[in-house]
Amino acid sequence: MTRTTALNILWFILILTCIGAVSNGAYSIGVRPMLDWLAGDPLALDEISRNVLFNIRIPRVLLGLLAGAALGVTGATMQALFRNPLAEPGLVGLSAGASMGAVAAIVLTSGGFLMISSAAFASSLLTTYCAYVLGRISKSVSGLILAGVAINAITFSLVGLVIIGADDAQLRDLTFWSMGSLAAANWTMLVLLGPMILAGLCFLLCRWRVLNALLLGEREAQHLGFSIKTVRVELIVGVVLTVAPLIAVTGGIGFVGLVMPHLVRMWLGADHRWVLAASALSGALSLTLADWLARTIVAPAELPLGLITSLVGGPFFIWLLFRGRAK
Amino acid sequence: MTEIIYALGMQDQLIGTDLSSVYPEQAQKLASVGYYRSLPVEGILRLKPNLVIASEQAGPVRVLDQLRALGLRVHQISDQPSLDSLHQRIGLIADLLCVADKGQALKKSLDLAMQAALQIPVKRQSVMVLVIRAGKLLGAGSGTHAAKILELSGVDNALTDQTGYRQVSAEIVSARMPSAMIVTSLSVQAMGGLEAIRQHPLLAHTPASIDGRLIELDDLMAQGMGLRLPQAIERIRTGLAER
Repeated sequence: MTRTTALNILWFILILTCIGAVSNGAYSIGVRPMLDWLAGDPLALDEISRNVLFNIRIPRVLLGLLAGAALGVTGATMQALFRNPLAEPGLVGLSAGASMGAVAAIVLTSGGFLMISSAAFASSLLTTYCAYVLGRISKSVSGLILAGVAINAITFSLVGLVIIGADDAQLRDLTFWSMGSLAAANWTMLVLLGPMILAGLCFLLCRWRVLNALLLGEREAQHLGFSIKTVRVELIVGVVLTVAPLIAVTGGIGFVGLVMPHLVRMWLGADHRWVLAASALSGALSLTLADWLARTIVAPAELPLGLITSLVGGPFFIWLLFRGRAK
Repeated sequence: MTEIIYALGMQDQLIGTDLSSVYPEQAQKLASVGYYRSLPVEGILRLKPNLVIASEQAGPVRVLDQLRALGLRVHQISDQPSLDSLHQRIGLIADLLCVADKGQALKKSLDLAMQAALQIPVKRQSVMVLVIRAGKLLGAGSGTHAAKILELSGVDNALTDQTGYRQVSAEIVSARMPSAMIVTSLSVQAMGGLEAIRQHPLLAHTPASIDGRLIELDDLMAQGMGLRLPQAIERIRTGLAER
């Protein structure tokens, strides 16, 4: 199978999944009226169904696509940049920073959605910046990893400090935040975040040559004519600006950014020209599927999204690892 | 709130609840929309309700707004740890369900039961409310429902200077020397009986343990303020009066 076919297959499954995810949910809407409505009969759906479809489900699926693609691509980028299979945006303090902002907003303020997400955004930029500045002291990327570990430790202890002052309801809100959800999706959010995230994605997707060069080693990449310093700044800024706004509105979603790039590499090889694109597609696919499950599995209630991604993804990944070894 | 709807005899109109609606037990058989602070829009719409009654603390706000925008009747009602709030809650729910007279009767019987419970003589003393989770002893500070129940029972909360539930230390217990302790049923179960709690190293030297004034109280009664408030008070006051 050529790599183009592989990408085409991913596209095909992704589109099918989106159609499924949009047409199926806790609130049941008949397929027939939905098709009639799409065909141009405005009266085929009652007002509530139309609203559920257009204002709730479609934005949610779109946000899932964006978030999944962003997590997949940034995960692949970080793994290449650090030449470390465990790398993901959280490594440079991004997720820890976001939780710190969210925790502070939930405990210290009234905790409205806007407040939580802006605090999470600002704080994740801050922690990543700190990790970056500290990491610059050392010439190689390992310095950045170590700085990230330190910043993560400090940030989580600060989170703990704020949590001491939290009451039961706030603690529960926090737990739910850290397990992630796409439920907040709406059109305004998509219009605001969409362009920024898409721009970030395109920027990273175009950097596949650098990532390939980095696979050979930093010195080799330099010999190939890339300035490591510039590349590092570019890539980290790209990753942060793509992922930070998403984590701020969705909360923590584990597994996707870490594992999707691995799956893709096992399947298509290490060439980033394909890895990045396929990570984007498979990230989007897995998140859309996971959210579809989250919405419907315990309906009328909902499961947190991060719970599903880790619960399904973890064992799946272990299976793949063993299969890879058996070969 | 679920409890009030049952007490008003309107349970036939109830089509769904949330995770916190655990009393009466029949209510748990209804469809549940999950945790009341992360409500799902679609899940609620799926049940096709004519009326949504939610706590003022329910959320997220955007979900309730969305439901209202879709033309659903969404009413949020007072949910504070106070008797007034309970009265208001009964009145509003009865009005919304068009059984105002039953609401009046329910309020009246609640008041009568409260008066009866407060007739039990008890002297003012300091009492500690304990919940034991995962082997840790948590004490109820001010702002909790438990603290309010103590206040209404006419006794002092030994942990009044902390807010919410906090882990109690040996030093705090020694400093406060509670003359009685209220422990929730689940905690008693978890610890293997009241006697085990009485002999707990942190608590064994308190007057409460020495005199054996440990009162077991249903978790929901101790941590919420529902229609069984008079029963909770009665139980506390009889527990403190005996021996």
